[in-house]
Amino acid sequence: MTSRTTPVGPPPAGAAVFDPAAEAARATAAILDSTLHGTARGVVVDSPPGAGKSTLVVRAARELAAAGESLMIVAQTNAQVDDLADRLATADPELPIGRLHGTDSPPDPVLDRHPALAKSSAVADLRDRAVVLATAAKWAYVKDTEPWRHAIVDEAYQMRSDALLQVAGLFERALFVGDPGQLDPFSIVGAEQWAGLAYDPSASAVVTLLAHNPGLPQHRLPVSWRLPASAAPLVSRAFYPYTPFRSGTAPGERRLSFGVAGDGAGPDRVLDEAAESGWGLLELPARHTPRTDPEAVRAVAQVVRRLLDRGGVTYSGTDAGPVPLTADRIAVGTAHRDQAAAVRGALAALGVPTGAAGGVAVDTANRLQGREFDVTVVLHPLSGRPDATAFHLETGRLCVLASRHRHACIVVCRAGVAELLDEHPSSEPVQLGVTVKFPDGWEANHAVLAHLAEHRVAWRP
Amino acid sequence: MSVLHTLARAEAVAAGRAVPAATVLHRRLSARPLVLVLLTTAGEAGAPLGALAGTDRDAPELLVVPQPLDRDLRFGFFAGLAGIVLPLLDACAERTETEPATRNREETELCADALQIVVPNAATVDYLRLVGRSTRFLRTAEDPDAPYPVPAPLPLLGRWLTHYAERARTPGSSLLVAMTDLLSRHWTTGQSALEDQHLGSLLGWIDPPPGLDGAAAAARAETGRTPDGLLVSPPAGPATDPRFDNRVLAPALTRYDAARAAGSGVAAAEAAVRRLVASQLRPVWDDVWHGLDLLRALPEGAHVEERWKRDRWSFTGHRDRVVAGEPPQPRRDDAIAAAQKLAGRETAQARLAAQEALDDPLALAARRLAGEAFTGVVRDVEMAFSDGRRPMPRPLVTLDTGDLPQAEPGARVYRAVPEARSAQPADLVSVEAAPGAPGVPDAADAAVNGCRITVRLTGGMGNGKAPREGSVPAPGDRVTFTLFEHDPRGGPALPDQEATPWTHGGPPGALAVPDAPDPVTAEDHL
Repeated sequence: MTSRTTPVGPPPAGAAVFDPAAEAARATAAILDSTLHGTARGVVVDSPPGAGKSTLVVRAARELAAAGESLMIVAQTNAQVDDLADRLATADPELPIGRLHGTDSPPDPVLDRHPALAKSSAVADLRDRAVVLATAAKWAYVKDTEPWRHAIVDEAYQMRSDALLQVAGLFERALFVGDPGQLDPFSIVGAEQWAGLAYDPSASAVVTLLAHNPGLPQHRLPVSWRLPASAAPLVSRAFYPYTPFRSGTAPGERRLSFGVAGDGAGPDRVLDEAAESGWGLLELPARHTPRTDPEAVRAVAQVVRRLLDRGGVTYSGTDAGPVPLTADRIAVGTAHRDQAAAVRGALAALGVPTGAAGGVAVDTANRLQGREFDVTVVLHPLSGRPDATAFHLETGRLCVLASRHRHACIVVCRAGVAELLDEHPSSEPVQLGVTVKFPDGWEANHAVLAHLAEHRVAWRP
Repeated sequence: MSVLHTLARAEAVAAGRAVPAATVLHRRLSARPLVLVLLTTAGEAGAPLGALAGTDRDAPELLVVPQPLDRDLRFGFFAGLAGIVLPLLDACAERTETEPATRNREETELCADALQIVVPNAATVDYLRLVGRSTRFLRTAEDPDAPYPVPAPLPLLGRWLTHYAERARTPGSSLLVAMTDLLSRHWTTGQSALEDQHLGSLLGWIDPPPGLDGAAAAARAETGRTPDGLLVSPPAGPATDPRFDNRVLAPALTRYDAARAAGSGVAAAEAAVRRLVASQLRPVWDDVWHGLDLLRALPEGAHVEERWKRDRWSFTGHRDRVVAGEPPQPRRDDAIAAAQKLAGRETAQARLAAQEALDDPLALAARRLAGEAFTGVVRDVEMAFSDGRRPMPRPLVTLDTGDLPQAEPGARVYRAVPEARSAQPADLVSVEAAPGAPGVPDAADAAVNGCRITVRLTGGMGNGKAPREGSVPAPGDRVTFTLFEHDPRGGPALPDQEATPWTHGGPPGALAVPDAPDPVTAEDHL
């Protein structure tokens, strides 16, 4: 979608010595310069997974506040807003922050520890605050108030154009930050009749913004601090072919090892492969299954169980000490909610805790978006399916699932997905005036599969 | 496709006929709908060939264009259509009732009924949209500058068709409905959703003729031909059967052209074309009425009347815009209008899904299977009160259910209480696997034994210290809670058109003036 992005600084790929910290600092400086001193009403920042987007938002917010500008921050979910507010208050405890929230959705109690942070469901109570944060849905109810000088719109690629339409009157200028590779916003009813219009209400906010304001400065963050050296090249190639990024760590810096030797069964072998290479594919025999494929679900649960039983330890850098791999650092990603529920059930049956309080995070791609873990176990969206629909082929879904990990990603899948893809070439109708998104999900799926095939462990449970 | 739907399709295959997908009728069926069957000409985009239209199943009006490439005849056809549709619209527009004032609205006039148009399939809805688009900007003889004036009622017909076709995109609306959509909502066949778009084959599954099972009846409807090579069950339009076009229609059109050129025998040639077109239309016409008969055997869902009232509001609103002399609908929605429509339709979709589940145990079953609702028997009710100066009843209700709701404790759930105006809210307190096989704390067992769920009722119990009579379920009662709201509301109002922000191109400005009529192009003079 954003192949028009202009790279900042020299292309990292050709540089003899790549200094990730210097590259990232250069990009950040350029972004802050555009935001604080530029003349354009909007600045767009594309951020690949784990490239320090939240850090950038916090930094930009502090600098704008320090310059005496009034600032509002728009994020998409209450969890994101709470997280940003917490980070901002932690980074700058003196900063007067306002957290605007809905009457039915009180903010996370964790914010109570910041004395300079005020909470209210009425914007009038927060007008004196240097920074006010709320979800786009809450901002949409704010009317008849003096516009803010500045806004930061976080996760702007996941915001729908009509949501931006509702809040754009509240600010004069804005910094739009987001990851173009993740899941696109969606609508529960058909919106084809507006496809191709610049202001298609179901499109992403950034697409609409750039269609109407083609000259806006666009930046991107060039370094993923989350993805290890084993993952960044694949994710960059498969999902960001025209805006490549690099890993902030060198090969071998991030390590995963186990205190207990493998028992030779499929789950242990795939764990060893993933510890060695950062990727693992546990391939079950080909079969058409219901969505909650019991065998695949059990295999996912067993992999997680063994991850914990084998005393996994992670090393985040060459000189970093070992950190035990605990349940809260593991995520299981699925395409559907019923699959997530089935995995939770299977994990509970193996005695593995799940959920927010220190357990394994088991959720759909939509809900794992923006989160980070040490190891992820993914139930492949196309596993066992007789068809490949647009939903299951969506580029962003696979991208989210394949880019949440700091150390290793293990994919559980039935054999035959490559053939399934070949039987279902993308057949979405071409809409006039719609920017074709590259890569399409079909191609991205093939790219990831081809890479995973090198780390394949076939297993018949 | 939900699990229940997949199962129903499998059952239909096994049974050899469609199985019910609903226990009630989820759309309004007017007592006197206007049924419209349309055919177009192959190779000429949007050119009508013929139509059967009317509210009386035994006496449809036949409209035929004996030479579809002749523009005068085409506009004559549309004028004929307008002559059927507009009087029916006027009749509905004139009969009004008074809506009492509410907090947000003054006393208003509301049309007592709206004209319902029933067409065979979704492709016909699209065609009506196209007709609306192509006629609403046309200039009539009333405009002295119009180089090629069309009959006066045409633009008005175009505006109404545009409104109907646009309204048809609102989930749950019944102003303009496609029979294939209606039937496939209420029955599940043993064929794919794509095949269900064939009216004849769909009816074959639902009501196979004696001696045939659903699959055979569907196959006959799709491919069966009479000895002269024509389809037994002609396409429901707007496209025609190519073999009919080539073998039968084309020679008849040629004869009509020849007769016109010769200046003799025109009436006979035209009658021949009319007979041929009627032979293709009549079976479809009968199919649509057959579908109406099948649907009318179902009792109407409880919330259908409420949704139909929204259709009447929509109808009344358009009537008022026409009466006020407003220009026709613009070619494209502006940013605000598009966002408004999308938001309205999303609310309508959520409302429809909720209301269908409340009206129909089969629709609810699909939601229960998806973990979006749970039905169970109340085991225990423990009275509790809220903290605060005036303690309010907040009873804890524990129930056993075979369902597996996909929600975390703390989630809001809703219960429909008979006679109450709105749903009773409650908070999910805990979800535990029901004690099944002793000693096995196995959550996977929940799938077998179900769950024990505790909720705290938080409202709908009146203002007193004691809950209102009947507002708290008693042990042994069978209750259903849903994770979805029963009456979802729309979001905040959008900005005015003049306040369209810079991110969306700013106010429409020049576009605010009404669209000029379509420019005359070379194609207009073929």
